[in-house]
Amino acid sequence: MADVPSAALYRTVALIRGFEQRAIELVRSGVVLGGIHPYTGQEAIAAGTCAVLRPEDVITSTHRGHGHVLAKGADPARMMAELAGRTTGLNQGRGGSMHAADFGVGVLGANAIVGAGVPIAAGAAWAFRRAGSDRVAVGYFGDGAVSQGVVLETFNLAALWRVPVVLVCENNGFATSMRTADTVAGSILGRAAAFGIPARAVDGTDPEAVLDATAEAVARARAGGGPTLLECTTYRFDAHHTWEHTARPRYRTDAEVAAGRTRDPLEIQGARIPAAARAAIDAELGSLLDHAVRYARTGPHPDPATALDHLYATGLRGRAGAR
Amino acid sequence: MPKLSYLKALNRAIGDEMDRDGAVCVFGEDVGVAVTHATAGLLKRFGPDRVLDTPISEQAFTGFATGAALAGLRPLIEFQIPALLFLVFEQIANQAHKFSLMTGGQTRVPVTYLLPGSGSRESWAGQHSDHPYSLFAHVGVKTVVPATPSDAYGLLATAIRDDDPVVVFAPSGALGVREDLDFDRLVPVPLGVGRIHRSGSDVTVVAVGHLVHDALAVAEELAGSVSVEVFDPRSLFPFDWSGLAASLERTGRLVVVDDSNRSCGIGAEIVATAAEEMRLIAPPRRVTRPDGAVLPFARALDLACQPTRAQLRTAVEQAVNGHPSRSAE
Repeated sequence: MADVPSAALYRTVALIRGFEQRAIELVRSGVVLGGIHPYTGQEAIAAGTCAVLRPEDVITSTHRGHGHVLAKGADPARMMAELAGRTTGLNQGRGGSMHAADFGVGVLGANAIVGAGVPIAAGAAWAFRRAGSDRVAVGYFGDGAVSQGVVLETFNLAALWRVPVVLVCENNGFATSMRTADTVAGSILGRAAAFGIPARAVDGTDPEAVLDATAEAVARARAGGGPTLLECTTYRFDAHHTWEHTARPRYRTDAEVAAGRTRDPLEIQGARIPAAARAAIDAELGSLLDHAVRYARTGPHPDPATALDHLYATGLRGRAGAR
Repeated sequence: MPKLSYLKALNRAIGDEMDRDGAVCVFGEDVGVAVTHATAGLLKRFGPDRVLDTPISEQAFTGFATGAALAGLRPLIEFQIPALLFLVFEQIANQAHKFSLMTGGQTRVPVTYLLPGSGSRESWAGQHSDHPYSLFAHVGVKTVVPATPSDAYGLLATAIRDDDPVVVFAPSGALGVREDLDFDRLVPVPLGVGRIHRSGSDVTVVAVGHLVHDALAVAEELAGSVSVEVFDPRSLFPFDWSGLAASLERTGRLVVVDDSNRSCGIGAEIVATAAEEMRLIAPPRRVTRPDGAVLPFARALDLACQPTRAQLRTAVEQAVNGHPSRSAE
C-alpha cells in the first residue's frame, strides 16, 4: 500500500472543498463566468487516487474536474485564475473550468464531453507502456459516461492491449438529473466483467479506502497487468452546475441530500487526525486560498487581439480579414 | 523513369516517415494485411508495436491516438471508409483539434487521419461514398486533398510531420493515377501552397483532388477556343488564397469544381472569398454534387450526382462567354 499520511489526504480534501467554496462565491459575484460543476462531497476520490500517483503519471478529467486537477498538483492560484479567465490561469484563460489542464503535473485536461477523456487516458497509457516506462494513467468519468459507446470501446481496447490505465468511475447517483438506475442497465461493475477487467466497488466517500483500492490498481498497471475499474460510490452535495441555484430543478429531496451529506469526506478524514493538526491545515489552506482569490481577481484579462493564439501548434492563423 | 502510383506514393510516404521518426505509428482496421494497400509491408518492416490492427472501434482508437500524441507519439490512423469520419468527428473536431487552444498552448496533437478511397468508389452506395473534406475545413482542422502521386507523397509526409491534427483525403478517383518520376525527388510539400497544373489566361478552374485530372482534360478539349488555367489548392485548410488571387489577376474568371455537396461546401467558400477579395470580371461558377446529395447505389444514379467534365466544360464556357445560367451543378 502507498504510504500516504492521513494528514496529507485530509489536506487535499480540504483544499478542494475550500477552493470550490471560494469558486462558487466568485461565480455569484460575477468574477467567474460560465459557472462551475461543484465537486463537493466527491473529494475523497480525487484525493485518494492522486495520492498514489507519481508526478509523471497522468490523468484525464471530467467537466467536474477541479478536484482531480488540484489533487494531481496544480497550483490553486493559477487554477482559480483560469476559472476567472485571466492570462495568469493554468491555460492562460483559454480553457476555463471545464478544460483546466496542467501538463507540468500530468493533468491532460478536464473534458466537457462526457466520457471523452477515457480513450485519451488509455491512449497515453498505451504510449507509456510502448516506450518501456512504468508510468500509468487514470481516466476519471461519471456514472453517466458508462452509457457512452466510446467508454465501452475503450474498456475493450484497454483490456485487449493490457493498457496501464486505471478507470475510475465516480458514481454520484445522478447523470445530471437522472438517477443511475434510470440510465444504467445492468451494473457498472458488470461492464468491466464483460471485458475481463478486474473491478472493485469502493466507498468513494472515504479517502483511505479509495487510496487502498487505487494502490492495488496502479500496482497491477505498473506490473503489466492492464486496466482496473474502480467504481467509487459517492454523493454530490451541491448542484450539478451553479446554474442550478437559479433554475432549481427538483430531482432529489432535501431529506435525501441531507442523508447524503452525513457521509462527508472532510469529516471522515478529519476525524483521523489530531484536532490541532486539522486546525493547522485549515489555517494554512485559508491563507493559501485567500491568496488564490486575490491572484485570480487581479490577474490581467486576455487581449482580444490574442483570441486565436495557440489555436495551432504550428502557428497557423486564419487569413487576414476572416474574423 | 519509374512509374509511381498514387497508392504506392502514400505507402512510401508512411514508410519513409516511420523510418525517419520512431514516434510515428499506424493505427487502423486491417492495416496489418493492408486491405487498402496504403499500409502494405509496414507491419513486416516495423513490427506490431508500430503498426497496430485495431478492433472495429473507431471512436476509441481515434481517442487513443489523441492520448498517444499527448504522450509523445505521432500516430497515423487509416480509415477504410470516409463516412467513418462522421463517427469520429467528436474525437477529431472536438478533442484533438481543440486541445492546443483550450490548454493555452500547453500541448500539441500531431495525429494524421488518412482516407485512402474518399468519395465515390463506383457504386459503394450511400455510406461509402462521401467526401467530407468541407466539414473539416469549416471547423478549421488542417485538410488536404492530393491529386497526384508526388503530391500524395509530399502532402502526407508533411501531414505526418505537422504538430497539429491533419486529415488527408486521398480520393478514390485519384488512386489509379500514375506518374513518371524519379523517386529520389519525392519531397515534402508544404500545406497551403497551391499548384498550377496548366497555365491559362481566360479562366481559372480551381479543381479539388481527382477533379484536377478532369479539369486538365477539359482544358485540353477547349484549348483552341479558351485558355484555361488549372489551379489545384492541394490543401483546403490552410488554403492558398494568395495563389488564387494571383491566378485571378491573370484570368479574372473563376470556376470551381468540387466533389462535395453544394451548400456550405468548399466551392462556396472559394467563390465567396474570390468575390469579396479578388479580381473578377465575370460571375464565378461552381460545379459540385447536388445540394444535400446522398450518393445512390445504381451506377447511373451515382454518376448523376458527381461533377462531370461536361458540366465543367459548360461552366467554363458560361464564365467566359457570359451566358447567365443557374443550372450548372
